[in-house]
Amino acid sequence: MHELSLASEIVRMVEASAAREHFRQVGTLRLEAGALAGVEVSALRFALEAMVAGTCLEGAVIEIDEPPGRALCSQCAAEVTVASRADPCPLCQGYQLKVLSGGALRVVDLLVVDE
Amino acid sequence: MCVVCGCGSDEDHAQEHALGHTHVAHSHASATPVDLRGTGGDLHYGQGGATAHVPGLSPQRVVQIEADVLGANQRLADRNRAHFLAHGVTAYNLMSGPGSGKTTLLCASMTALQQRAPDLPLAVIEGDQQTTLDADRIRATGASAIQVNTGRGCHLDAQMVGDAFARLDLHAHVHHHSHQADGHTHGHSHTHSRGPEALLFIENVGNLVCPALWDLGEAAKVVILSVTEGDDKPLKYPDMFAAATLMVINKIDLLPYVSFDVARCIDAARRINPDIQVLQLSATRGDGMAQWLDWLLQSPAH
Repeated sequence: MHELSLASEIVRMVEASAAREHFRQVGTLRLEAGALAGVEVSALRFALEAMVAGTCLEGAVIEIDEPPGRALCSQCAAEVTVASRADPCPLCQGYQLKVLSGGALRVVDLLVVDE
Repeated sequence: MCVVCGCGSDEDHAQEHALGHTHVAHSHASATPVDLRGTGGDLHYGQGGATAHVPGLSPQRVVQIEADVLGANQRLADRNRAHFLAHGVTAYNLMSGPGSGKTTLLCASMTALQQRAPDLPLAVIEGDQQTTLDADRIRATGASAIQVNTGRGCHLDAQMVGDAFARLDLHAHVHHHSHQADGHTHGHSHTHSRGPEALLFIENVGNLVCPALWDLGEAAKVVILSVTEGDDKPLKYPDMFAAATLMVINKIDLLPYVSFDVARCIDAARRINPDIQVLQLSATRGDGMAQWLDWLLQSPAH
């Protein structure tokens, strides 16, 4: 349910960008939600669609990239892909993993229509 | 290359280069937007296959954002952290599902700390969706407390904690000796060699999911799990256990009556977070409370 807060922050970031960059309408919003970001992508999309009315994001296409989680296994000394923080290393089945990437939720860019 | 104007390979848009030079994405309205991002402000038209103009639509351009959605919260959390440090306050962010005994543990901790360290200022920020019931319970122990009701919010954020801290006696009390005379500058340095000068407990909204993502500026996150909840919780809510420095297993006085395998629970938590520290206690009966106080009173570096 924290996706509602995150969606609200995304709308705020985009509106701030609209004021700064002088555009009136977003055609496409591109987000990145890593597999380990703790974000339920369908809930985030639902929340965004519910709150864009009346903002520059109304009608925008929302694209959400979902990069995989990457972690360093200290036993294998190898970089591996994991789908969750509860996953073992796919090589040694151990749990000595340190997350390297895939833990972020980011606004990447916007395709906008100028004023 | 654009099938209408062929812009990908010639000089047609040189003027746009000259005028904008940053993020000018040319006037295509396409169902699948082409990634025009480049490095160093360069433009890269024509990548990703042909697109077409749609007459009547305004020109579009790419605006780079490249920012973490939690970035604003992080900046406020960093500010809180600096503020706490300047005040000699060690802050703990206590998180758990509803009903783990967080408030009971806090009340017991206040009473025990008042005996063990009578001069140590204590305060609590209580996060709930509704009511001041928890803050009332804390105040009954003699510690100061501020209730933060989030309304429909499922977690505390750094802004709420910063606002609440400013209203606490703890803030005023430590303020008195830790700030310079010239105003609210946080230049005072603390070495913390003798442990915290004040303790701030932040009881987050009862929820094993959402609070894990929001840094509040705390010195450490503590996740509390009671033996009535199930020993597989770390595997079910990995983000929370990954974020925590300490796992407290509460209500161990009930172990004879429930099928909770402590070793299995610790193993599950260490799978998620190999560095997580573990304490077992019963806030109502007092088992393990001395070790819990030791942990709270150690040097804030943990």
